[in-house]
Amino acid sequence: MRDFTYDRAAATSDAVASASDEGASFIAGGTNLLDLMKLEVMAPEKLVDINRLDLHDIEETDTGGLRVGALVSNSDLAADRRVRRDYAVLSRALLSGASGQLRNKATTGGNLLQRTRCYYFYDTAMPCNKRQPGSGCAAIGGQTRLHAILGASEHCIATHPSDMAVAMRALDAEVEVEGTDGARRTIQMAEFHRLPGDTPAVETVLKAGELITAVILPPPPGGRHVYRKVRDRASYAFALVSVAAVARMDGDSIGDVRLAFGGVAHKPWRDDRAEALMKGKAPSDALFDEAADLILADARGQGGNDFKIPLLRRTLKAALSEATQMGEPQ
Amino acid sequence: MKTSLRINGEERQLDADVRTTLLDALRQHLGLTGSKKGCDHGQCGACTVIVNGRRINSCLTLACMHDGDEITTIEGIGTPDNLAPLQKAFVEHDGFQCGFCTPGQICSATAMLEEAKAGWPSFVSDDLDDIDTLSDEEIAERMSGNLCRCSAYPNIVAAIRESVKETAS
Repeated sequence: MRDFTYDRAAATSDAVASASDEGASFIAGGTNLLDLMKLEVMAPEKLVDINRLDLHDIEETDTGGLRVGALVSNSDLAADRRVRRDYAVLSRALLSGASGQLRNKATTGGNLLQRTRCYYFYDTAMPCNKRQPGSGCAAIGGQTRLHAILGASEHCIATHPSDMAVAMRALDAEVEVEGTDGARRTIQMAEFHRLPGDTPAVETVLKAGELITAVILPPPPGGRHVYRKVRDRASYAFALVSVAAVARMDGDSIGDVRLAFGGVAHKPWRDDRAEALMKGKAPSDALFDEAADLILADARGQGGNDFKIPLLRRTLKAALSEATQMGEPQ
Repeated sequence: MKTSLRINGEERQLDADVRTTLLDALRQHLGLTGSKKGCDHGQCGACTVIVNGRRINSCLTLACMHDGDEITTIEGIGTPDNLAPLQKAFVEHDGFQCGFCTPGQICSATAMLEEAKAGWPSFVSDDLDDIDTLSDEEIAERMSGNLCRCSAYPNIVAAIRESVKETAS
């Protein structure tokens, strides 16, 4: 691990000021950052420890939603009574990720900022446009089992590894951040992560020094919540494909449906057209196939991940059947 | 960097490079070699310790981040003359072969049982709000962060299952 200076922040304003230095990085749970620092994939010159900041609470908002402090651990968020009751898709997504030990340390803000698990990003002997902009992409033409089928570019085909972020995308969460001027702004989850384009090293819309202070969940969407994750092991593995589905039935037809996908793109993926297509219609195998056709119209495999295209369709249909209780007595 | 840690009920002082992980602080600086270094990347769980009541991978955190924290290692859970119930259960059920992963398994299971007692669900819980007695499937899911290369899993699950019963009775 490269040497760094260590600075423990006592207030968000100190943290933001300290982290605006060149080469500085915040550290919260550290489960991903320290791993990457040991491998020298990341080598910050300064760590700003934000664990003592007052961002550990989950509070109800005026509009009936929840404000989740950036330092709330993945365990605490998954086990929170209100989250279990009203945002079950988020509890399930969190519980599907990592291990008990890691969830105790990993934070809400840090989970959003975790880096891809692309093998070539981790291997400092290989070119990677994300790790070393302009060096090329070794994944293209290489081992691509984990890689993207949607929204990739000729510069990067990495996927975002978070499960939590997929559920938050389906829930239309917002990310609250504090900038160097002390002002707070909110960013829609839809806008927070970027597609790789020709700058894959720039993964979010955060500005230098900006600190995530909270994630805000809108009022509960109701309906039935499903998080379906397909992976190479039954536990403690990243998603090959995951689907967050929330559906509210209106009699025999779909009143409202939200779908977000993990393991398939550089960010949690969502397709409004597929949701609009299904609203007001009775759930059926044919309808779900039509939705999958829309979502997968521009999907492109890289060879080793071609299987993800039919797998996403099947996982989507399974999650939708469960969320809409298709075939079950209403 | 100077750091105070309360380890197994005892105040300990550390003055180490900021890069020192909690695991290396315990093993190299404080002589507590019960916690093991397997992968050093948070994948195997051999380094599991309990910090402020929560199980974590001590290899993936810096010692300096834990100034003032309360840490329990395997040395604080039981001794050869006075085994904790879980340790006894591991011996009785032969929950290991080489034993390298065992301190991590015991620390992890100790805290995992507390999580279950607090009603925390897991990914395999059918109902997020109604966590009944831990089934073998629940134990396996909740312990998936602890690998055993000897593959003593059936006996590890049996040892934990017995402790669940004892905790419940």
